[in-house]
Parts: sequence; C-alpha cells; structure tokens
Amino acid sequence: MDSLDVRDLSCPIPVLKTQKALEKGLTELQVVGTGNTSKQNVTKFAKLKGYNVQLNSETDDEWQMVISKKPGS
Amino acid sequence: MSNEKWLMAATGIIIGVLAVILVVFGNPANMGFCIACFLRDTTGGLGLHRAGIVQYVRPELIGLACGAFISALSAKEFRSRGGSATLVRFVLGVFMMIGALIFLGCPLRDLLRIGGGDLNAVVGLVGFLAGGLYGGYFLKKGFNLGAAKREKTTQAGGYMFVIGAVLLLGLLLAGIKFNPAGGGPLFFSQEGPGSQHAPIWIALFAGLVVGFLAQKTRMCLSGGFRDFFLIRETGMLIAYGCIVVTVLVLNIYLGKFNLGFANQPIAHSNHIFNLLGMFLLGQCAVLLGGCPLRQIVLGSEGDLDAAVTVLGMIFGAAIAHNFMLASSAKGTTLYGEVVVIAGVILVSLIGWAYREVDG
Repeated sequence: MDSLDVRDLSCPIPVLKTQKALEKGLTELQVVGTGNTSKQNVTKFAKLKGYNVQLNSETDDEWQMVISKKPGS
Repeated sequence: MSNEKWLMAATGIIIGVLAVILVVFGNPANMGFCIACFLRDTTGGLGLHRAGIVQYVRPELIGLACGAFISALSAKEFRSRGGSATLVRFVLGVFMMIGALIFLGCPLRDLLRIGGGDLNAVVGLVGFLAGGLYGGYFLKKGFNLGAAKREKTTQAGGYMFVIGAVLLLGLLLAGIKFNPAGGGPLFFSQEGPGSQHAPIWIALFAGLVVGFLAQKTRMCLSGGFRDFFLIRETGMLIAYGCIVVTVLVLNIYLGKFNLGFANQPIAHSNHIFNLLGMFLLGQCAVLLGGCPLRQIVLGSEGDLDAAVTVLGMIFGAAIAHNFMLASSAKGTTLYGEVVVIAGVILVSLIGWAYREVDG
C-alpha cells in the first residue's frame, strides 16, 4: 500500500497532497499526520470524493488512517 | 444543521456582538476587532513606529492569545513546534501586514466594515478572495514551506508567545514610565484611533472569549473560503455570514449604519488599492496557511512559525508607518502603492521558488 506523510505541514497542504496521491488512481492509501485540523480536513476530503476512511491509530502526537475506494466504485 | 455548524454560527454571532460592544465602549468605529489594526497599534504602543495617533497596546490581542492558549491546553492541542522556512514566513507576515495597512484592516475588520455599510470593504473582500485564489494556484502547483519540527525534549518554546502577551499586559497594568518626559516603555496616543479604546478589562475579556472560540472552531478568514473550494465545507462561511448579519443588525439598531463609499470611518475610497492591498493579504494568508487571526491563535498553541509570522506583521506595521506606506482616511501614499505591487510580485516569486517538484 502506498503511504503518505503529511506530518507537521501547514494547512491545507495535507489535503492537497492527499488529493494528488489519490488522483494517481490509488485504491488504497495510508496517510500519517499530526493535529486535529488536518485529520478532520483529510477525512472530509476523502469522504467527499467517495472514499472509505479508517482511522487506525491516534495518539496526542500523531494519527494514521487508511483511505480506500468503496467496493464497486 | 450539525453541532459543528451551530458552533460556527454561535461563534460568528458572539464575535459580531463583542465587536459592536467594543465600539460602543470606545474602540474606533467598525474596529471592534481588527487583528492588523490592533497589531499596528501595539507596535506603536511599544514605540516601534512613530505614528503618534496609532499607539496603544491592545488588550484584545493579549486576551486572544490567552484564550486560544487555554482552549488549546484544555483540548490537548498545545504542541511546541517550528522551523518551517521561518524567515520566509516572517517576510510573508511583513507583506500580509503591509497589504492590510494599505486597505486599513484585516479580513475580520473587512467583514465588520461591510456590516457597518462601508462599501469600500466589499471591494476589499473581492480583492481578498482574488488574492486567495491566486495564492491557491501556487498551492496547487506544489507550494510547500516544509514540515515543522516538534520539540521533543521540552515544550518551552511554545510558551514564549503567550508569555510575551502576558508580559505586555503586566506593563499595561503597571503603568511604569522609564522616561517620564518622552514616554515608554509603552506609548499611548493622545488623539486619533490609538486614543479610542474600550476599558482594559472589557477588551481583555472580549479577546479571551474570541481567542477561546477561534481556537475551538479553527476560525480563519481565509480558511473558510479555502475549505469551501477544497472540501465543500460551509461551516466557516456560516460564521462569516453570522458576523456580518449580527454587526449589520446591531449597527442599524444603534443608528451607526451608514451605507456608501464616502465618509466611512478609518477608510479610504481608492478602489484599485483597496483591492490590491487585500489581494496581497489574501495571497500571503493562503501561502501561510491562515489569516492574521489564525496566526495569533496558532502562535498561542505553540506554533513558533506562526509566532514569527506575527512578529513579521509587527515589523511590517513598523515599516509601513516609518516608511509612509500605510494609508490613512485621506487615501493611499505613492510609496504604499509601489510597495503593494512589488509585494504581489515578490510573494509570487516566493510562491514559485518554494514549489515541490515531483521527483
């Protein structure tokens, strides 16, 4: 699975990097980031584009999620 | 409407009400809250520029920093981090402030001015949106100032911004005079906008409330438009609408509403440079990842880069007045006009230079 590191980047670069990665036609993408703002924005963006979002881990410092294409889409 | 949107709406209404209350208690008209104006006054209050009419350490800013700090601590979002192209952010802060002082206000004051009937602010808003879109073009092309580093060993650096704000409050309350004849460490305007202010405690309280809410909601006057274009998120736009409507209704009720371009308080009607000033501000805000208000909130959350951006804005305010770039109610200056155009070009070069190229 491809992975993307958006830790400690300022707004809205985490979303734009996620967008760029997904536009390559990936079906699954792991994203690692920091902070609630980028977590919420990346999640909203992926859902808006019709992807599933699964938050796998979250600590005070870091979150990790997997964005995947919905089956059949 | 979701809880999040209700919170946004409530935040907008509270900011609008507090902004009008601050004017009723003494702040300049349509300037209940203006991050750029308050930073400019504070810069003068510290004696860093010599425009005698705009010198006053604004307690609203101190409250903002403390409110955002308390909110970030309680939400466990306080994190000391920094080191992302710091000097570039400083320079962008300088130009963000110069843009604001050409127009005479930050995007928050732009909304308050619209709520007061000042149509020059509509021109400013168009410029701000256009500048934001233009800055967004560089983001799409891969503009990135790089990742910040988190302070692993200690969080000490992150507290410096808010400690600085509290020290300013100490000086303001203590009223110490090092030089009884010349003034200082703090300077106070005897006339003009700097002499018009609400009582310290009211201003401080209003700042605290807005800082707390702005941190909770991640209020950002450029972020709302950006989120709408990127993720169709309308929450922040609801907050903007609530600010304008609240201020509009209260101004009409208080008889302070005055629709038109002419004779607006602390404003001028040079449309081209109202537009270009806010264009430059919008361009810088998008590249920096947040408007002036957001930079203060982030600085209070431990973001050292945002804190440096605020210092850049303070430096920008100082040179804007010392070099006669800042506009006044009489209009723009030739120097200001030249520098705002140079600023748009220079910030574009920064946007181009800091693009990531796919390797």
